[in-house]
Amino acid sequence: MRVMAQLAMVMNLDKCIGCHTCSVTCKQAWTNRGGVEYAWFNNVETRPGQGYPRQYQDQEKWKGGWELNKRGKLTLRTGSRLKRLLNIFANPDMPTVADYYEPWTYDYQNLLSAPPSDTTPTAKPKSSITGEDTKVTWGANWDDDLGGGPAQIGKDPLLGKLSEQVKLEFEQTFMFYLPRICEHCLNPSCAASCPSGAIYKRAEDGIVLVDQDKCRGWRQCVTGCPYKKIYFNHKTGKAEKCTFCYPRVEVGIPTVCSETCVGRLRYIGVLLYDADKVAEAASVKDDKDLYPAQLDVFLNPHDPRVVAEAERAGISGEWIEAAQNSPVYRLIVDYQLALPLHPEYRTMPMVWYVPPLSPVVDVLSETGHDGESVGNLFGAIDALRIPVEYLAELFTAGDVGPVRASLQRLAAMRAHMRKVNLGEELDDSIAESVRLAPGEIESMYRLLAIAKYEDRYVIPGGAGSEAHKLEALTTGCSLDGDGGPGMTAFDVMAEKFQLTDTNGAAPTDKTKRINLLDWDGVRTDGLFPGNGSSGNGATGNGAAGTAHEPEAIA
Amino acid sequence: MSTLLWLALPYIALTSFLVGHLWRYRHDQFGWTTRSSQMHESRLLRLGSPLFHFGLLAVIGGHVLGLLVPKSWTEFVGITEGMYHLVSVTAGTLAGTATVAGVAILLYRRFTVSAVRKATTRGDKVMYAFLAAAIVTGMFNTVGENLIGGGYDYRSSVSVWFRGLFTFSAQPELMTGTPLSFQVHNVTVLVLLGIWPYTRLVHVFSAPLGYLVRPYVVYRSRDPQRPDANRYARAWGDQHE
Repeated sequence: MRVMAQLAMVMNLDKCIGCHTCSVTCKQAWTNRGGVEYAWFNNVETRPGQGYPRQYQDQEKWKGGWELNKRGKLTLRTGSRLKRLLNIFANPDMPTVADYYEPWTYDYQNLLSAPPSDTTPTAKPKSSITGEDTKVTWGANWDDDLGGGPAQIGKDPLLGKLSEQVKLEFEQTFMFYLPRICEHCLNPSCAASCPSGAIYKRAEDGIVLVDQDKCRGWRQCVTGCPYKKIYFNHKTGKAEKCTFCYPRVEVGIPTVCSETCVGRLRYIGVLLYDADKVAEAASVKDDKDLYPAQLDVFLNPHDPRVVAEAERAGISGEWIEAAQNSPVYRLIVDYQLALPLHPEYRTMPMVWYVPPLSPVVDVLSETGHDGESVGNLFGAIDALRIPVEYLAELFTAGDVGPVRASLQRLAAMRAHMRKVNLGEELDDSIAESVRLAPGEIESMYRLLAIAKYEDRYVIPGGAGSEAHKLEALTTGCSLDGDGGPGMTAFDVMAEKFQLTDTNGAAPTDKTKRINLLDWDGVRTDGLFPGNGSSGNGATGNGAAGTAHEPEAIA
Repeated sequence: MSTLLWLALPYIALTSFLVGHLWRYRHDQFGWTTRSSQMHESRLLRLGSPLFHFGLLAVIGGHVLGLLVPKSWTEFVGITEGMYHLVSVTAGTLAGTATVAGVAILLYRRFTVSAVRKATTRGDKVMYAFLAAAIVTGMFNTVGENLIGGGYDYRSSVSVWFRGLFTFSAQPELMTGTPLSFQVHNVTVLVLLGIWPYTRLVHVFSAPLGYLVRPYVVYRSRDPQRPDANRYARAWGDQHE
């Protein structure tokens, strides 16, 4: 047994309202620069839908992830190492900007500078890449809320795997949102396809990063990643990706996407796993066995033998404790509510999802049924093949069993908690029908419905124990801030984190723009254009730590 | 004049080549990249780029044989001048044609595809001018001089001079009698070598052969040292200094 620790995330899709706040704040923090205009480290796509980039899940076309070769050995779907090198001069399976979308802005200046005329001046769309006039024909969330209708949604690669009858009905029945970041896989195919060895998995927390100094721009990783979560910066010629906001989690505060999530649907926690078992688990023959195989790789942090091995492997007490309190472990292993995204890619992804029950409830309510009665819900889960089969294509390589089990537990929780809330006589058979004790259902309910900041994010790190106090900063009184205990984590992070907008990454006319990564939630300098005060841009040397001192604010 | 061209220029160019690479490797890891434009356009690139790169690898191989292997060695193993000429002209013409076709497609692409044109820096343009000139003059030497023109035995002059550079016994007078097209080719290539380390051509030296033997997934520990705050400032923002 070789114990390693991984920071993992779970998203509860029942709560996602598709507001794109996570995408926007992530973009502000990480990809608000030239060269990655088209890149969204976090994106939210409507399912069914084509996704971003378009039809990225069609691995026949894009050749992402791993597959088993004839001898049953794990190889990159895109080919052997030698084949990779022979294709290095022109990657045959690489999406171009057009597959994501041509980024654009508008010629706003024309609205102000156009000469007097009979017609209203217009702001023409301009390509952010060439600066020339462009036609806006696609975007990162173009088919949001099933926009474009069957003509667009029908191109969803997952729908192709469903039966004909199911496909025809899907539109009336369901729709949900799927926020996506890098999966920080246990068996990352992007890293495996990097010729330079620039992509690495951090031994301490499992975060997958691109060494910007070692990347040589061979762009094989873009193809290697089946989730298409590696983006090629066309200005610097280097690959970039979601960093799990490592400067934040290193000091115990959650990623920007989690922090700003309106629905509070994201959970971050530590998982311990057996690194010796990863390759074996990723090589199981049947795609449908990949989900249970990955569950087997995770270790029980309460098992004294695991704790002893973890200590022997140099994992600190703080990390082991975090693993024992991990909300992610509870959702994935204890309740088996959360499921991996596309386990059939064999990368062992580490951002998991609680499948959405809401579409099922909605259908029941719309047809005049009681959407919270356990009998109705259980019946509907089975009768409405469409959501279950579609979700199974997404989360369990087509195996409807685990999806149905997860949805049934959610349904049982609804029915049980309604009885609790209405003061009705409790029916223990509800809990038993999903193999849980009534007490377990209630603690599962607390984790899903009312978990506070410190329950949702259990992140070990220097100032981690203080991190929950930061939540008050974004909504609370500014007097609570300066010098208060809650500032610690931000101060540490601001000192650690070097990338600010002063280093030339920002457009020349926006050098005073604030970077959300080290925004303390209080200052307004740099948030609005033209107020003339000094944002972090004025501190010059890139260390924004000084901006938290009172004199810097005044 | 011949001393300047065939003694001073080569040493300046080769020194710049060597020192420039060392300097850039130490100070500009972030800028060391292919700066691929495949994101913008893939169809023409998939046609032109392999033609160009594989053609050029063969051309470089041919140069190693022709310039570095002395004539006496090949004669010792029984290869006559006639045989050598036949092989070198045939292989050289094939490889050269692929390279020229490739670079023509790539240049056409660079001029006509708007996004690729916009991604071209001033340094790229200078580099492309010398690279294209070196390829065109080299192709002329192979096809014009050696295939159609009856052949010129550069192994008795150019090659001897070139090897002399590395033993510090160069004889610049060996170059004065050579055909003009060979002289032009040599000068363009020397200038190209001189500017090489300051262009994206550095990616040649990152050929990732280690990929064939390293483990698939790389693990790395968090760097315990504080990163140098100025390291990226240099790479990102020349205009701010």
